[in-house]
Amino acid sequence: MGHLSMADATLSAQSKPEHATRPSFLRNLLLKNLSAKIAALPMIVTVLVVFVGCSAWSVYYSFTNSGQLPSGKFVGFAQYERLFHTARFIGAAKNLAMYGVMALVFTMVIGFLLAVLMDQKIRFENTFRTILLYPFALSFIVTGLVWQWIMNPNYGIEKVLHDWGFTNLHFDLLNNGNTVIYGLVIAGLWQGTGFVMVLMLAGLRGVDEEIWKAARVDGIPTWRTYLQIVLPMMRGVIVTTLVIVGSGIVRLYDLVVALTQGGPGFASDVPAKYVYDYMFGRANLGQGLAASTVMLVTVAIILIPWAYLEFGPKKNK
Amino acid sequence: MAVDTLEPRGMRPRPFFTPRKIIIYSLLFFVSVYYLFPMYVMIVTSLKDLDEVRGGNIFALPVRFTFDPWFKAWNSACTGLYCEGLKVGFFNSVKITVPSVIVSVLIASINGYALVNWRFKGSEVFFVILLFGSFIPYQVMLYPMVIILRELKMFSTLQGVILIHTIFGMPILTLLFRNYFASLPPELFKAARVDGAGFWRIFFQIMVPMSLPIFVVAMILQITGIWNDFLFGVIYAGNQNYPMTVQLNNIVNSTQGVKEYNVNMAATILTGLVPLAVYFISGKWFVRGIAAGAVKG
Amino acid sequence: MESSVSIKNLSLDFGSVKVLQSLDLEVARGEFIVLLGPSGCGKSTLLNCIAGLLDVTEGQIFIGGKNVTWAEPKDRGIGMVFQSYALYPQMTVERNLSFGLRVAGMPKAEIEQRVNRAAEILQIQPLLARKPANLSGGQRQRVAIGRALVRDVDVFLFDEPLSNLDAKLRSDLRVEIKRLHHRLKNTMIYVTHDQIEALTLADRIAIMKNGEIQQLADPHTIYNRPVNLYVAGFIGSPSMNFLEGTLNAANQTFVADDGTVVPIATYQFATPVSGSTKAVLGVRPEHIVIGEEAKSKPFNQEVEIEIVEPMGSDTLAWTKIAGKAVTFRCDSDVVITTGQKILVGFDPARGSLFNAETTNRI
Repeated sequence: MGHLSMADATLSAQSKPEHATRPSFLRNLLLKNLSAKIAALPMIVTVLVVFVGCSAWSVYYSFTNSGQLPSGKFVGFAQYERLFHTARFIGAAKNLAMYGVMALVFTMVIGFLLAVLMDQKIRFENTFRTILLYPFALSFIVTGLVWQWIMNPNYGIEKVLHDWGFTNLHFDLLNNGNTVIYGLVIAGLWQGTGFVMVLMLAGLRGVDEEIWKAARVDGIPTWRTYLQIVLPMMRGVIVTTLVIVGSGIVRLYDLVVALTQGGPGFASDVPAKYVYDYMFGRANLGQGLAASTVMLVTVAIILIPWAYLEFGPKKNK
Repeated sequence: MAVDTLEPRGMRPRPFFTPRKIIIYSLLFFVSVYYLFPMYVMIVTSLKDLDEVRGGNIFALPVRFTFDPWFKAWNSACTGLYCEGLKVGFFNSVKITVPSVIVSVLIASINGYALVNWRFKGSEVFFVILLFGSFIPYQVMLYPMVIILRELKMFSTLQGVILIHTIFGMPILTLLFRNYFASLPPELFKAARVDGAGFWRIFFQIMVPMSLPIFVVAMILQITGIWNDFLFGVIYAGNQNYPMTVQLNNIVNSTQGVKEYNVNMAATILTGLVPLAVYFISGKWFVRGIAAGAVKG
Repeated sequence: MESSVSIKNLSLDFGSVKVLQSLDLEVARGEFIVLLGPSGCGKSTLLNCIAGLLDVTEGQIFIGGKNVTWAEPKDRGIGMVFQSYALYPQMTVERNLSFGLRVAGMPKAEIEQRVNRAAEILQIQPLLARKPANLSGGQRQRVAIGRALVRDVDVFLFDEPLSNLDAKLRSDLRVEIKRLHHRLKNTMIYVTHDQIEALTLADRIAIMKNGEIQQLADPHTIYNRPVNLYVAGFIGSPSMNFLEGTLNAANQTFVADDGTVVPIATYQFATPVSGSTKAVLGVRPEHIVIGEEAKSKPFNQEVEIEIVEPMGSDTLAWTKIAGKAVTFRCDSDVVITTGQKILVGFDPARGSLFNAETTNRI
């Protein structure tokens, strides 16, 4: 093998197609960096078959009347029409929207406030960070089951409150269709704010120390420095966090399964669970695929503006 | 200069208790309590017998201290189908996690290395699609993957679920390795090329030994991630291979029989034990892992 | 002269590390003081203490006659310019300049007047509506200076303000700062590790090492009469040549370790000496002359040229005197070649003698 010529090609990063005849161009395309291409094969296959191929397949078959097997004939938007007329799906989407807005706002705000708190040159910072972050290391299933127990109407906090004499206080969120979402939010926050806090803290620590000095010399109070100088500087971290948290929310499934199984009734159902049930439980593939495509579009709506902001034409740091 | 002695001199006086400090530390204290009490409740509940669980309150310390719920959770808790305890799920999770972590980290590290040092036409395009792929809801790809695995005769097998973990762990891990390798001095790679080393030799003899920290971070990320997985396990692993999370959910949320809350809590702790151990042992590395994963390339 | 900034017996410890040690410094009103030293010498720490950004462990700081040892930075009557500019990136230049004043609740009209004045002085009026990201490095540094300017204070503190700029821009802004000082006549305390900046800007230079001021004097004195070996070696590029040997006060000679005798009758001693002491003789490269001129010097010797480095404006040559590597500088028109034998000489009056043990000037 001609090592030197290969080195040339890679060192000049973007290799131009050499003044070549067609056969040697083809050979170049296939054989140049052959080891690298073989090594990258799993990635190439994953991208083409799974991320592109499977998504396309799902979108395509969401326009068919597939039942148990993906063999149905093309029915246009019929599945979607049915989907948006199904109370369970509309409910699931509403639940997710409610959960999503609350979880997003609270994790971001609380996460930022906790990060600010941790940024005050406190003692035992590591200990506090360890405490705030450990739920994030746990499975959603574990989180869901713990909170299911804590919010158990007969033996949980409800009972403790009553034992202590607060008989008109209630902490029975999970058995009430109107409050079950708050139960989900509480458990979700417990698991997720530590993560946001860590990201925000990294963002805070990334702010040039001289900015803080300049603000002190200018006589700007600490809270105004955070709010008007540091927070706007953390735009990148905040947006990235929003995207990660947001795309996690759309996927919300495990926590619901463990904490409420979607109940009572369908009061805490979410699209991901709807998809799963129709695909694997009810053998109504077309519905499941249509619902999953709606999820995909939702994520795209979150993602595309972000991608445009981050990688788009005007890069303004 | 007699006046000087009365004037400010030396260290600015700092009282031990300032209102600011009191507010900060009491806030931290209450937040910590909120984060810790579920763990506390789990532990105390798992150490009580069932009568005490039903009779007392969830915050009370156990009076009749017992480890029975733990033994029962491990050996004989029922999932609704059979009563062999969580140990089945534990060993399934080990059988899934260990190979998945090794394979996914290996493949992602090679990907990252190829993306940084051996770019070829289109390599960046694949990488960008891979990254965006990580945001696609899994639900979109669940069913086609069932078909693919079925065709490969891997559906409901350990190999199948390992393949799934490798695929869906690839975006974040590749990003992690790509960023790390990109931060290494490129001269190192060039020098090795000039010395005549090839793709694999440079990877195994130069890149890997220099990259142990990032391998540790990737392993932590994957061990916790795969151990905590529920969705892939329940769909692709098959009944006989259900990981611990699925089995735990089946035990706790099974509708038959008497609810044994103490056993449930012991089972829940047992399931969380591995990722918690990884978390507490790895400490800052865990933090580094999630922060690195969130930083875009 | 009236004192503007006065530091008395200042010490700062970080745990067991002593960063500043019983430091005293008097800065006159309108004076331009440069704190110069290698990184880690405590110069930036000292500046941060003056600014009130670091709490001192011991001692006092007075600014404008007021004891500000415990005062907040904003109450000290200082403005500060930072190495990284530290502009608020999400605010326009105008907001950057005015933010501190707005927070302090100053009337709008006065804010506007101050901002306009600062912008006029620094010639940044056209930039007022822009954000820092759309400014060049030099422009950012002007805005940073402007932010200190609008505070209308007596003392300006500069923390390596030009270190992030390229060489050309750095020399331009250096002149700007000097011009600014002439116009405003404020007290300025300027931290740098760049000796050219120090020599060109300062009324007086304080050379620091290990948290202590080694020498505080005007640039000419610092350069020509360094108080110790450290200062002598730190200032000047290429640095001073040093010969080790013995000083005989009786017959007014310096005998180098290899026996070379240098007559030092012309040397002006800082302190009276007697007997013989181990000493170091320092001579700057530009004080060594060649050829005919060398003949008239108290010390001259024929040497062989080892390396020649043409620098453009002049030429640097390397040789050995008394067994030590020595550099000297000569006009670039003089043709010298490697291996050439040449007569070199110098007058010890322009050199420096240091006690080999105490390293202090004799």
